[in-house]
Amino acid sequence: MSLDISFIGILIGSIMASSVPLILAASGELITERSGVLNLGVEGMMIIGAISGFALMVITDNLFIAIVGSMLSGVIISLIFGFLTQSLLTNHVATGLALTIFGIGLSAMLGKNFVGIPGKEFPILFSSLRESIPFFGPILFGHSIVLYFAFALPFLTNYFLKKTKLGLVVRAVGDSPVSASNQGINVILVRYCCILYGGAMCGLAGAYLSLIYTPQWIENMTAGRGWIALALVVFATWSPIKVLIGALIFGGITILQLHMQAIGFRIPVQFLSALPYLMTIIVLVVISRDSRKIKLNTPTSLGRIFYKEK
Amino acid sequence: MYKNFFRYLISAIFLLGFSVNSNADFKVGFVYVGPTGDHGWTFQHHEGRNAVEAAGIKTTFVESVPEGADAERVIRQLAQSGHDLIFTTSFGYMDPTNKVAKDFPNVKFEHATGYKREHSNVSTYSARFYEGRTLLGHIAGKMTKTNTIGYIASFPIPEVIRGINAMTLAAQKVNPNIKTKIVWVFTWYDPGKEAEAAQALIDQGADVIMQHTDSTAPVQTAEKAGVWSFGQASDMQRFAPKSILTSIIDDWAPYYVERAIAARDGTWNQQDTWHGLKEGMVAMGPYNSAMGADLVKEVEQLQKDLASGKVHSFTGPIYDQKGNILVAEGKVADDGMLAGMSVYVKGVEGDIPK
Repeated sequence: MSLDISFIGILIGSIMASSVPLILAASGELITERSGVLNLGVEGMMIIGAISGFALMVITDNLFIAIVGSMLSGVIISLIFGFLTQSLLTNHVATGLALTIFGIGLSAMLGKNFVGIPGKEFPILFSSLRESIPFFGPILFGHSIVLYFAFALPFLTNYFLKKTKLGLVVRAVGDSPVSASNQGINVILVRYCCILYGGAMCGLAGAYLSLIYTPQWIENMTAGRGWIALALVVFATWSPIKVLIGALIFGGITILQLHMQAIGFRIPVQFLSALPYLMTIIVLVVISRDSRKIKLNTPTSLGRIFYKEK
Repeated sequence: MYKNFFRYLISAIFLLGFSVNSNADFKVGFVYVGPTGDHGWTFQHHEGRNAVEAAGIKTTFVESVPEGADAERVIRQLAQSGHDLIFTTSFGYMDPTNKVAKDFPNVKFEHATGYKREHSNVSTYSARFYEGRTLLGHIAGKMTKTNTIGYIASFPIPEVIRGINAMTLAAQKVNPNIKTKIVWVFTWYDPGKEAEAAQALIDQGADVIMQHTDSTAPVQTAEKAGVWSFGQASDMQRFAPKSILTSIIDDWAPYYVERAIAARDGTWNQQDTWHGLKEGMVAMGPYNSAMGADLVKEVEQLQKDLASGKVHSFTGPIYDQKGNILVAEGKVADDGMLAGMSVYVKGVEGDIPK
């Protein structure tokens, strides 16, 4: 067993890489939920993003188009959710669940012809620095551009929600749509935008899996990560920074437990497998004890249907 | 009123989904646990179904059927809708298959990898994948530089443990210093997790990676890291052309065709089939030239000897981890022992999850 300092650097690097889809999807969903919309279709949007990205990569041979296309596909499928819940006023929970089932089925159908095609290598940045600097090299360098974006996203989201006027509008809509509407804010439009943004981020999260992390298409390849992202948002009490912490803990313990098995720790494997879920919940509950802050961050009208009387 | 309408609508959709035209023709049904596009386990069963279809026999299939109550409903539906022979292709379909078989004595059932044949119209079949593992072990023992073989395991069932043991025994034979490191991922299929497990094993010094999970993620991880790997269930070479030394391929097609024709012609009998390299139910993918001509020759010879029965994967003396004798010198393990294998052999690190 090797636990020297450079090995730990490599370990942290791979933990970061594994948390990217969670960070992206959870950050997107966070904005959607802060506007008062509960979209349980994260898994469905991710898997649609995964197949769209992969299919576009195969067809156009252009990774940029693939990435942008995956985000667009997330936008399109979340538009269905938006139309149903915002314009036809359907129940958020039921519609979101339907979106996930629909997404998994549709992606399997679209993906039939893309099974068994090897993916393309995604360019990584600063790969020479990764090798030359011990410890910090594998942590800071040699990642894909999507990873850097994912790690900036929670901070940008935090800034957006707390410091910008638009962020205030989103929060107002999520807390009290009636008052926001009386202030002249177009609640439905704001919620539409937040839903579509969430869709784009989930699409990107899916594309990260099918283009970068495990470059291939196989049915159901998101394997429940959408649900974990959803849970992260709640346990992080709708705070972007805590979402980042939660995603890192989850990814970190998932990878650490695999290493512990490989090293040969005599701990029951079932316990190790459950550890990521347990630890993530415990840590997030502990760091979010402040009930005043929870109240501040929780979108009061989450999941409630809003319509404007004419 | 609306409630009733929806009820009808839903049942109509369900019937539509699983309905199959019921004419007098002979028909074979397949139940799959995964999607046909998994490029592993279900994919290979589906290839078998295609072969039956090519032999001029009508088939239908239902994919991604969860093991449990749903399975019984689907199997019953197939039996009711005029299928004469039904293949249920996952271990967890064992009880549902037997339950439905009781109610449909005229329909024949074939259950993969199970052992319960409670009614005369139920047969079971499986493949001796462990023979393939013996070949992988031999290759791994010769190819490793770090003397560490990484093994991604799914669930602690005899099938998986048998594979680990067969591989380790063969590797020890050619390289006594070999160590087998195992990571249990508790899934058959999660590309992300399988990739992470492969990476963890590589980081822990394994330079040969083996998997008993279904996705191609581990071989791709191995390719990226520049270590050796083996394909699982189907030929995965094109996913990792440099890294893959060979693949174990499940070939169900000849068996499916044979049994379908037998059932059609009225010669079908209940049986328990366990075929291996000899019958071709277990086949090997092309050997990577990086192994060198000598090793390829050696392995091909071993493959022949395993097929002819000259060599057995579990030839004594075999000891468990504590040093108790499992198979005496000069003996080979019988099928009963193989089917119920639940201990590691000496040389495997760690404990089997309980």
